[in-house]
Amino acid sequence: MEGSLLEPTLYTVKGILILDNDGQRILARYYAKNIFPTPKEQKAFEKNLFNKTHRANAEIIMLDGLTCVYRSNVDLFFYVMGSSQENELILMSVLNCLYDTVSQILRKNVERRGVLDYLDIIMLAIDEICDGGIILDADPSSVVSRVALRGEDIPLSEQTVAQVFQSAKEQLKWSLLK
Amino acid sequence: MSSFRRDKKEDEDGGNMFVSLEKTTILQEARKFNDTTVNPRKCTPILTKLLFLLYQGELLTVKEATDVFFAMTKLFQSKDVVLRRMVYLGIKELSCIADDVIIVTSSLTKDMTGKEDIYRPAAIRALCSITDATMLQAIERYMKQAIVDRNSAVSSAALVSSLHLTKLAPDVIKRWVNEAQEAINSDNIMVQYHALGLLYHIRKTDRLAVTKLVAKLTKMSLKSPYAVCMLIRITAKLLDEEESLNDTAMIEFMEYCLRHKSEMVVYEAAHAIVNLKRTTSRELAPAISVLQLFCGSAKPTLRFAAVRTLNQVAITHPSAVTACNLDLENLITDSNRSIATLAITTLLKTGAESSVDRLMKQIATFVSEISDEFKVVVVQAIRALALKFPRKHSVLMNFLSAMLREEGGLEYKASIADTIITIIEDNPDAKETGLAHLCEFIEDCEHFSLAVRILHLLGKEGPKTKQPSRYIRFIYNRVILECPSIRAAAVSSMAQFGASCPDLLENIQVLLARCQMDSDDEVRDRATYYSNILSKQDKSLYNNYVLDTLQVSIPSLEKSLREYTQGSTNQPFDMKSVPLQAIPTSREEEHHKHKPDGMLVSAGPIKAAVSNKQVNYAEKISELPEILDMGSLFKTSEVVELTESETEYFVRCIKHCYAKHMVLQFDCLNTLSDQLLEKVKIQVDPSEGYRVVQEFPCPKLPYNETGTAYVVVEFPEEDLVGTVGTFGAVMKFVVKDCDPTTGLPDTDEGYDDEYMLEDLEITLGDQIQKVSKANWQVSWEEAEKSFEEREDTYSLSTFNSLEEAVKNIVQYLGLQPCERSDKVQEGKTTHTLLLAGVYRGGYEVLVRAKLALSEGVTMQLTVRSADAEVAELITATVG
Repeated sequence: MEGSLLEPTLYTVKGILILDNDGQRILARYYAKNIFPTPKEQKAFEKNLFNKTHRANAEIIMLDGLTCVYRSNVDLFFYVMGSSQENELILMSVLNCLYDTVSQILRKNVERRGVLDYLDIIMLAIDEICDGGIILDADPSSVVSRVALRGEDIPLSEQTVAQVFQSAKEQLKWSLLK
Repeated sequence: MSSFRRDKKEDEDGGNMFVSLEKTTILQEARKFNDTTVNPRKCTPILTKLLFLLYQGELLTVKEATDVFFAMTKLFQSKDVVLRRMVYLGIKELSCIADDVIIVTSSLTKDMTGKEDIYRPAAIRALCSITDATMLQAIERYMKQAIVDRNSAVSSAALVSSLHLTKLAPDVIKRWVNEAQEAINSDNIMVQYHALGLLYHIRKTDRLAVTKLVAKLTKMSLKSPYAVCMLIRITAKLLDEEESLNDTAMIEFMEYCLRHKSEMVVYEAAHAIVNLKRTTSRELAPAISVLQLFCGSAKPTLRFAAVRTLNQVAITHPSAVTACNLDLENLITDSNRSIATLAITTLLKTGAESSVDRLMKQIATFVSEISDEFKVVVVQAIRALALKFPRKHSVLMNFLSAMLREEGGLEYKASIADTIITIIEDNPDAKETGLAHLCEFIEDCEHFSLAVRILHLLGKEGPKTKQPSRYIRFIYNRVILECPSIRAAAVSSMAQFGASCPDLLENIQVLLARCQMDSDDEVRDRATYYSNILSKQDKSLYNNYVLDTLQVSIPSLEKSLREYTQGSTNQPFDMKSVPLQAIPTSREEEHHKHKPDGMLVSAGPIKAAVSNKQVNYAEKISELPEILDMGSLFKTSEVVELTESETEYFVRCIKHCYAKHMVLQFDCLNTLSDQLLEKVKIQVDPSEGYRVVQEFPCPKLPYNETGTAYVVVEFPEEDLVGTVGTFGAVMKFVVKDCDPTTGLPDTDEGYDDEYMLEDLEITLGDQIQKVSKANWQVSWEEAEKSFEEREDTYSLSTFNSLEEAVKNIVQYLGLQPCERSDKVQEGKTTHTLLLAGVYRGGYEVLVRAKLALSEGVTMQLTVRSADAEVAELITATVG
């Protein structure tokens, strides 16, 4: 029973992973140096994880000392990993944020092709969700507003007031500069 | 920008640009960054591809990384937002590989303090990833401002970066405590969370400050659920560490959190309450009922969290969990197999003896539907159950054998066989049925390794049963039907029967004679070997060459033989020079067990043999310059700590025993950041008769690093009893004060200092290697003729039970308990403990301790050893 109380730390997330439907890595961020330090170990873990999760749509699994929550859509698999003692609901909130952010960026067409088309923006989004294992933000609309997505790239209905304001300001600035 | 998107789609056909990327081509393309005018439309995809490669696990050399890093800095000319942000990502990714990354400090500082809010937070985080301790002072002012910035993103970025930097420069970050304090009052939920994290990290060593922080924040009702979770963890830690704390307010806070509107917080609070050491059943009840509620949730994650926590609680408070049994039984059919397995194992832990039958019926239907990994978990739970309720062995054994007959992989079958073996070992009543099930299993077993193991077990256990002859048929059937490796194992197994059961010997000889006609070399060799030995009718030959096999460690034997064949001596090879196989200590076994239920483990590389650790030590020691030739390492003892763990210097000692010498290995850790220690040497004050032969000081011991110093002592030659003693120890060193941030010494001149360590005990156990004797009784009888015997009686008044006495004797003597005599049957007042081992120099030792309980424990100790002095030593030091 030793150590079942959780250590108070902000370092919650051990890794974030997006795989395609062949189990190939699209994006992977591992935040703890001590777990899977080499690409080879990471790949082996991913293969295993994918094998165990791609058929069973079960949302959560414990594998190799980590709790992994996951969610899939069409040809994509999203994973968030934390320690086996971690509060699963916190991890779930990160996963939901990741998924909803990607969904907003891709205007609900969450597919491999879209992710690759907007890979730069999605990289930025992941960087805004989690910084070195610390949850930076778990609110999808706030993450979307923080990544440098131009106004025209998201439909007006999904923009926050701040975003609209920001883009209006920018357009005004550009028109003045001309 | 939007046109660029469309272009890319047309040109590249969606995502194909990331297929089969090559590192060299990308590095080539990255030269575009150096163009005089930066074209974001071209550069952004290149940078994206570069990052994609890095995230795929591609490794760059320092030169490549530095080149591309410098090219990337040119991109700061562009005003394109996405490009700039991608540059930050690139900087973060390359900062740990490339040289001279601080070159971008001024550009990043400009962005961080500029007006563009879209740049500022990301610039802060990038800047902090390239900053070192000296540079930090230059940007300190900006960081302090950023923490209290009105923009929440800026504030969060600054707080999180500060937390990352505490590893690098804890003292600088400590000065920002006021800013963090201010940030905690922020309206933004994430800022609040990050500020609390930083504040706690700064203050965590100061318990009073943490108590104040908790007292203040629990009243304030934080907005962020994340922050509340963090606060619950801090509170729980405080409550657990400080027994006497005035805690009503804190407990009330936790209970209040059980009614929080966020499920995350409710779960966190319930989890914390059930795991507190001090929790009483009154506090437990509401937490359990919350978890019970979660068990019925529609969300798999919530059910999983609840059942995982209940599973943990089942160990400490089984009765509290029984209230949830109905809910848990519903979860057995859960579509998420992790949840179902956890539910099963929880039920097995809390189940009463009476409910075992019903539970097993439920599991039977469940087991056929789950994958092998989960079945293994279930089998392990059944093993625990069998140990808890030995009387239920027949039900459980039937269940296990049914599982054995079903389809399944090697790992699953092996775990079932393991469980049956454990039950057999633990419970003599179950032995016959267990062996019968295993015999049946090998009749139809497709896994060679498992069949070999079971045959080996039959050879060991079969002869001791009432009717050994019935097993012979099963074993001989294998010889007729199976592949060579199994046939060979079967031959060895039969030989065991021949050696242990004289009335079967004749029949066995006939069977062995048939085996000598086998087509496989190994099988023939074994059959010839055993039939020869068995025909001699000599008990001691049986004992040494059939019943007890080689005790040496195999890797060491291989090494010694290789060295022997390479050297050109005429001397015969001496088996005694090979180190013995260390018997795994119970601690390592426990470590293996310490795995949460429901955790799947992918089959990794098999763990290196235990003895390798010892081989590593031996190699390290032999590499010391001018070390004496002491022969081969005999035994390495457990680590002993010579300081409290939270002192200025942390010293641990590992004793390595050789035939005539002992090497003391001192692992020292310097925990003072403002000191550099040099010439660290441990001066021991040995007890009488010992002689310090050599000393190897540790030249340098910087902050937070472990250095090793060695001392070689020679055992007293004449007086064996004198080898058990106490050494005084002092650590002597030269201190140089240094700058805590850089680790460089302020002056070249240091001063001498010393630090008293706790005394070091040299015990008997340090000089004895454990040896496992399969047939202790035979060795004992045989030793009667050739060995010296000493006997003495002791009264051990400090022990109140036989278990306690047995445990202490085993630990003190460092001998291996044989024939499971370390397990005392409940309710008995007498017990005989059988021990075996080898004293340094290769003298075999057998010890019989007869114990009787009557107001303390009385012990009659009989020692038989090849050397009279060793026997004398053991009787003299006990007591």
